[in-house]
Amino acid sequence: MSANVNAALPLEYQSEQSRMNIFGFWIFLGAEIILFATLFATYAVMSHRYAGGPTQHDLFEINGVMIETILLLTSSFTCGLAIYEMHRNQKKGLLTWMVITLLLGAGFVGMEVTEFVHYVHEGATMQTSAFLSGFFVLLGTHGLHVSVGIGWAIMIMIQIAKKGLTPITARKAFIIGLYWHFLDVVWIFIFTFVYLKGMVS
Amino acid sequence: MDHHSNGFPITQVFGFVLSLVLTFVALFVAIKTSLSFNVIIWTIGTLAVIQAGLQLFMFMHLRDGQDSKAQTINVIYGVFIAVLTVAGSIWVMSFGGM
Repeated sequence: MSANVNAALPLEYQSEQSRMNIFGFWIFLGAEIILFATLFATYAVMSHRYAGGPTQHDLFEINGVMIETILLLTSSFTCGLAIYEMHRNQKKGLLTWMVITLLLGAGFVGMEVTEFVHYVHEGATMQTSAFLSGFFVLLGTHGLHVSVGIGWAIMIMIQIAKKGLTPITARKAFIIGLYWHFLDVVWIFIFTFVYLKGMVS
Repeated sequence: MDHHSNGFPITQVFGFVLSLVLTFVALFVAIKTSLSFNVIIWTIGTLAVIQAGLQLFMFMHLRDGQDSKAQTINVIYGVFIAVLTVAGSIWVMSFGGM
């Protein structure tokens, strides 16, 4: 670790560059909010256009959805614990909680892929109806974000394992943490306005 | 920040438990009650917004750092455009043909 660490600031905020990187990432998340808003708007408008295909009631199963939700919610919690350990300067704690976070994230992606394959076997594909186009694009975009996040976090973890906890690796870990929590925020709205709304009779 | 001398992440645990409670309350309201569709959607929508705020403040520490004011304004602006996009699309597409 570099000798000139300002103890009044957390590790990820040590340099002006890091401060700008983190602020820049918040700007990116602002753009992500709007990206997902357009997909939610599309889904909301199309959600009753079935074109003779299956409806939400035919497809959605609450048990699988709840498992996905709990997996992602817990991974957001363990990611918070990872950053908490980082602030206590515990490299091992940080890496351990990050591994758990990514396993939960991988479990989520696995569940979602299984769900999609199941739908396609029931004849519910992206081409079936406007409802399903909107559904697969919204959930697919979110699932893609989680998958990319897993790959990104693995690379950050390799850097931390090799270089240790420095102001630079801490900033990178903090930013992937922000990204991961954001994906859980998006999922809360998918859970509420796609699944729960679809299952209300 | 998370500087607790005893090393117990109380904020994270509290946020996690609260998130679980909000998730299951939303599930219960949506599946097990016989309220009207509109009441259910407004209730679970409100629960979702509360839970999103929980993530932003308790896990993402939106208000921390030297740029917290600009970060917060940026997120509020993003949410404003998001609400406008979604509500506006639903509103304008509700005319004709339904």
